[in-house]
Amino acid sequence: MRTNIWLTRGLRTAAWLSASILLFILLFLIQESSPLIGEIGLGPFFQADGWYPQEGAFQLTPMLLGSLFVAGGAVLLATPLGIIAALFGQFYAPPALARLYRGLMELLAGVPSVVFGFWGLVVLVPWINRLAPPGASLLAGALVLALMILPLVALTADAALAAVPQQYLRGAAAMGLSRWGTIQRITLPVAMPGILSGVVLQTGRALGETMAVLMVCGNVVQIPSSWFEPVRTLTANIALEMSYAVDQHRTALFISGLLLLLLTITLVAVASHFRRMQHE
Amino acid sequence: MNDGQKLDSGITVLIWLVSIALVVLPLSMLWDVVREGLPHLSFNFIVDQPLDAGRSGGVGSLLISTFWILGVCLLTTIPIGLGCALYLSEFVIPHSQSEKLLGFSLDVLAGVPSIVFGLFGYAVFAIQLGLGFSILSGGLSLACMVLPLFIRTAEQALRTCPKGYRQAAIALNISHAGFISRILLPSASGGIAVAMIISIGRALAETAVLIFTAGYVTRMPGSVMDSGRSLSVHIYDLSMNVPGGQSNAAATALILVMMIVLINVLARYLSRRWQHVE
Repeated sequence: MRTNIWLTRGLRTAAWLSASILLFILLFLIQESSPLIGEIGLGPFFQADGWYPQEGAFQLTPMLLGSLFVAGGAVLLATPLGIIAALFGQFYAPPALARLYRGLMELLAGVPSVVFGFWGLVVLVPWINRLAPPGASLLAGALVLALMILPLVALTADAALAAVPQQYLRGAAAMGLSRWGTIQRITLPVAMPGILSGVVLQTGRALGETMAVLMVCGNVVQIPSSWFEPVRTLTANIALEMSYAVDQHRTALFISGLLLLLLTITLVAVASHFRRMQHE
Repeated sequence: MNDGQKLDSGITVLIWLVSIALVVLPLSMLWDVVREGLPHLSFNFIVDQPLDAGRSGGVGSLLISTFWILGVCLLTTIPIGLGCALYLSEFVIPHSQSEKLLGFSLDVLAGVPSIVFGLFGYAVFAIQLGLGFSILSGGLSLACMVLPLFIRTAEQALRTCPKGYRQAAIALNISHAGFISRILLPSASGGIAVAMIISIGRALAETAVLIFTAGYVTRMPGSVMDSGRSLSVHIYDLSMNVPGGQSNAAATALILVMMIVLINVLARYLSRRWQHVE
């Protein structure tokens, strides 16, 4: 087809503009973070003198661990459950029910995180409080996040299971394998890279989630010693302190943003590695 | 029954039970929101201005702010996103370095935590570009977040254009621009509409991006340079910072969830009808 050079140039500009937003964000966070890193180095962010930003103590470790524990708990809970939901949709439910089930999961995947947070705050936290005060805790955060990422873990696992070649399943049926035998020995191993790719992406989402975690975790800066203690995550820390932070304190918050962004880039790279494995 | 069959049926029962529990639990969550919110929901709640930090009154001005933020976000996302989707589906050489780089950047951008977009939008749009806490800063920051989702969904819609259309266009010696505007875009319009609706759903649900960009002000916005509080920020503020605000937070959450459900149903209906046409 005859191409118009201006059309091509215009569309190429739009494409690179969209892709370069990532670069802008990265460069911008580095630029905002570098003065403080240049001044005090990376050490103080991970050494034990606590988070007292007004006095120049910027230890991020408790928040980093808070983020990792909350997201880790949520992923450990949501992964097996999400795989079960996907198996149900693919192999156990009758087709009409499976369609309805998938539709419900899609709907739940769109529920705003602030609504999950609200529910956690008014229902889940008082309930945990009766078990072990104060209620707003690592456990509450992990449970709410698990509920939030479960639909998407289930939907990506469902797509990975659906992509398993039909002839494998027919072969298994011809050999007289039971339904669970087929799933355990053939379907799950073949679909595993695709399922893991979804799990890794949702780990990123759990690490980056702000509102729900901010509302149910209690936001105390400490390294938790049990599931019932309050924690503060990196994201919640930014949301809580950004409005009044100045100078070095503000820079420290940008550094935690940079840390989150680097974690995300790593996770997306891992997820796309798994996705390529699935296709090969 | 032998042991294998027992195991098989045992697992079947287990999977059914767990799967049912997995929808009952979140649905009971939504039911809690409905039960808390419905008694406070009325026509007046939807049109009235919030009073006493939101403890009484309604959400009228917040709905308007939300729509304005959404409008700024879509006006930015659609032209740039559609351009990028067209470039990816029509122009870029498949499996080339630039396709891989574009794709990876968009995938990472889609995974960037929303609070990072909030930080970025606050420091760049609100402070450096001098837009302040405003609907414009909020909408632009939101657009950065929604863009990759819109691009990927629109790109998929563009890729479903039948090969025959393209061959016919080549046979008729139509220019590439003519093919895109007369054939490709109309034939993919349904899918592009679905991409728009999905993006609106994501934008409506977002909170963390808007707190430090669009701001907290509950007044009726007069222009895009005014600060405006979105429904999602209102839910957060009422439930965390306003003692006695929980019942109105529930009513606002109910409105937001109903909007999301409506958008979800609309996207489903459109995408099914679009697939029928082909």
